Amino acid sequence: MSAIILWEVVYKIGVWPEFMFPSPLQVFKTLWSGIKDGTYTIALLHSIRRLLIGYFIATILGASIGVILASNKTLDETFGSLVLSFQSVPSVVWLPLAILWFKLGEPSIIFVVVIGGIWNMIISSSTGIKNVSPEFIRCAKNLGYKNIKMFAKVIVPASIPHIITGMRLAWAFCWRALMAAEILGTGKGLGQILMWGRDMGNMQTVLSVMIMIALTGFITDNLIFKKLEGRVLERWGLLNN
Amino acid sequence: MIEIRNIHKSYSNIEVLKDINLKINRGEFISLIGPSGCGKSTLINIVCGLDKPTKGKILINDKEIQGTDTDRIMVFQNAALFPWLTVKDNVSFGLKNLNYSSKEIEDKVTNILKKVHLNKFKNHYPHELSGGMKQRVSLARSLVMDPEILLMDEPFSALDEQTRLLLHNELQQIWMETKKTIIFVTHNIREAVKLSDKVIIMGTRPSRIIDEINIDISHPRASTNSDIYYKEQQVFKKLKKEIEKVAREELGYEYKLEKDNVPSERNNTMGGGI
Repeated sequence: MSAIILWEVVYKIGVWPEFMFPSPLQVFKTLWSGIKDGTYTIALLHSIRRLLIGYFIATILGASIGVILASNKTLDETFGSLVLSFQSVPSVVWLPLAILWFKLGEPSIIFVVVIGGIWNMIISSSTGIKNVSPEFIRCAKNLGYKNIKMFAKVIVPASIPHIITGMRLAWAFCWRALMAAEILGTGKGLGQILMWGRDMGNMQTVLSVMIMIALTGFITDNLIFKKLEGRVLERWGLLNN
Repeated sequence: MIEIRNIHKSYSNIEVLKDINLKINRGEFISLIGPSGCGKSTLINIVCGLDKPTKGKILINDKEIQGTDTDRIMVFQNAALFPWLTVKDNVSFGLKNLNYSSKEIEDKVTNILKKVHLNKFKNHYPHELSGGMKQRVSLARSLVMDPEILLMDEPFSALDEQTRLLLHNELQQIWMETKKTIIFVTHNIREAVKLSDKVIIMGTRPSRIIDEINIDISHPRASTNSDIYYKEQQVFKKLKKEIEKVAREELGYEYKLEKDNVPSERNNTMGGGI
């Protein structure tokens, strides 16, 4: 609320002319009409579809690679440190390569989204597995559990807190990667509308899309992932002690 | 019968256990006691099969053990309950790996939970239980497998005194009913004397068995029993030298457990100035 007041004050002072810095009211009007005539909702659905596909691939692939890294020490020491350095590369940097490999269009954007989330997922799942309390493993071994059963019944559930945190971070990273890729790439997502607003010199559109992006990220993180993470941490007894 | 024969264990040049020999009869309750770092936990882990000795072997009913087995179940210090499972599922965890019907599992679990007075809590998760309750669940999870030998690695050391007393009584009761062989690791002399038939005193560096003290007092034992106090003193006397040795290594060589009765400060003239 205070941010909106500040915004209005800056607008009233007139630091920038109106076409560069629209008032909150104008932006909300654009936002509302965009939602009403369906352009924003359709764009949002397009973006979310890409996000879901990319996120799904990133989590599944990332978790599997994490498991492999955690169970093989040589791989972990070589490829594992590579993962860390890849993580520090913003995923949109991959777009030129992706366009070469997959052509301009849907697959290259999804590729960037996958790259955005996968590194984090690999790191989280492999640390999760490496940090399983040895007492759980000894106890299960004593009770007769071995190999695949040990993995499925003890190691995986014990590392779930780490994996959930990884999934939450991966979601946020994928979302950012998607927006960056959409601004540079093609299609009908939110990023393209933002870019279109820029080309038209229509800052109302740019700002209203920014609000859409922020709201979507905020809602998914708070309503889904925070709750899920909170419940897992409570059950695993990691919240109070 | 358990026979521990010439067990040696070393971790990268540090000798933890040296030539341990011990025989434990069926149905006996024995305690391993000793100063910290004397390798008592290592020894119990070797008997369980979770650790391998560098030399020597463990025979159970004249057969050498190979790794872990469900006839020897360990109760861990921190209960080690699986937080993602309810009390009931924790207790049935080991049974589910064996070929029991779900009806049988259900019956066994209900039975054992009644025995540790936790049937009301069977659908709770570990994070909702107190420390004492967690340790009861852990005990139930081991007992439900009906092992021949129960191994307990400082199971009550993280509990408060009142809870510990309660669990002592219950463990005594359970042992008297089931007649399991129990190996109990502890650093609490009272606990060892109160619960067991025989206290094995271990020394440190090199770790070895110093003495075995039989506690021939009838069960169930009350903690107020004066014979227990007498035996405690006996164990303490044997342990004192070892405790002193550890303290000296940590605190310096002038350390003495018992202080001199006459103060030895230089300025103290013993009343010479009168």
